[in-house]
Amino acid sequence: MQQKPILLTILDVLSIVGLGVSTYFALVYAPPEAVMGNVQRVFYFHVGTAWVGMIGFILAAVSGIAYLVAKDARWDRFEVAAIEVSAMFFFITIVLGSIWAYPVWNTWWTWDPRLTTAAVTELIYIAYFMLRAGIEDPEKRARFGAVYALLGGLSAPVTFMVIRLFRTIHPVVVGNGNPEAQGGFDMSEKMLAAMFVALGAFTILFIDLIWHRIRMGNLEEKVEQLKLEVSM
Amino acid sequence: MPSPSFFKAVFAIARKDLAAEFRSRELLSAMLVFSMLVILIFNFALELNADVRKTVTAGVLWTTFAFAGTLGLNRSMAVEKDRGCMDGLLLAPVDRSAIFFGKALSNLAFMLIVEIIVVPMYALLYNETRIFQWEFVGVLLLGSIGYISVGTLLSAMSAQTRTRDVLLPILLFPVAVPVLLASVKASGAVVAGLPLEDYLTPLNLLIVYDVVFLAVSYMIFDFVVEE
Repeated sequence: MQQKPILLTILDVLSIVGLGVSTYFALVYAPPEAVMGNVQRVFYFHVGTAWVGMIGFILAAVSGIAYLVAKDARWDRFEVAAIEVSAMFFFITIVLGSIWAYPVWNTWWTWDPRLTTAAVTELIYIAYFMLRAGIEDPEKRARFGAVYALLGGLSAPVTFMVIRLFRTIHPVVVGNGNPEAQGGFDMSEKMLAAMFVALGAFTILFIDLIWHRIRMGNLEEKVEQLKLEVSM
Repeated sequence: MPSPSFFKAVFAIARKDLAAEFRSRELLSAMLVFSMLVILIFNFALELNADVRKTVTAGVLWTTFAFAGTLGLNRSMAVEKDRGCMDGLLLAPVDRSAIFFGKALSNLAFMLIVEIIVVPMYALLYNETRIFQWEFVGVLLLGSIGYISVGTLLSAMSAQTRTRDVLLPILLFPVAVPVLLASVKASGAVVAGLPLEDYLTPLNLLIVYDVVFLAVSYMIFDFVVEE
């Protein structure tokens, strides 16, 4: 039996502490926003989860290429881990955004370009799991998964670009503002601090979860091998 | 630099598909009837009167072509798979990418034939002469190239899975969104009679994704068909 590495246990503790600190920063430390009030506090976790979601999809596309080049099953396990964790975080991003949008935009959901592309990105990665579920041969599953992760990674950048290409009401808080955005705001220093704490906390949590998922993938593989040995 | 024999192989594969299709005509007729049915459903679902048509013509047409396109893509790969033709093609002493371009070319031909028939029919039924513009034809062609290039790659993948036909639209639609989105925006602007500057952004996006999807599909097709 493979022992759990000490570093992973440390990461576990760190991510719990990080989440706690980040919650404190978001709910207590940062001042309430002048116009929107307390509902703006959703923003810190919204950005945190969106950040790791996007990073995971990019990492998955890169490891897809690495798998196709090297044909090493470890890349495949990393890719699955990254997509699984990111798809979950990205879903949370959409839900949090929705919670914020109801009081600010007066609707849970609107077919704004930014929201639409976010939904499409989530659907790409749901399709990814459906593709994998439909293939029995592990080698072929990994190969097709890598190809699709790569295609998804090419399609997803539109999510970033669309905010600048088409007129959207989604605010851009970092960088130049969008005149048509509804619900944008200027961040005070304390708000910025809270945002960076959230980014850091979610990054640690993200690494921790991916590591766990890779270990699970290794164990799955071992179980498969043992089953094969028993049946022979 | 590809040799002349490469192009010969590409055209041989495309010609094989077209010849088989023009003898049986089962796929094209299915795609055409299906397209007409989709437009018929749109007709009463959206109440396509003159006012509504101004804004939805491009959307209705592109939805129809996207649906009919998956029909053609599914069929063209299933035929290869069912009778073991794919193995024969893979054994042929040609570059694997020639198979990709050959299949993509014949798929594109099917989609364009459907478009050539459906667009005038739509214009006739709805008295919509604004779609007879070179710009509209250009956007149709560009959009179809992007859609078919990534569709050919994904149909080769879905044909090898357990769920097969069901899986292709699920895999294809979300990935092809940039192409479809840009095509609808650009052709909608053409129908509305806007100047080129007004739809330059979606047009550029469309061209970029055509190049990206074509190049990537060409590069990774090898990994999809290897056994």
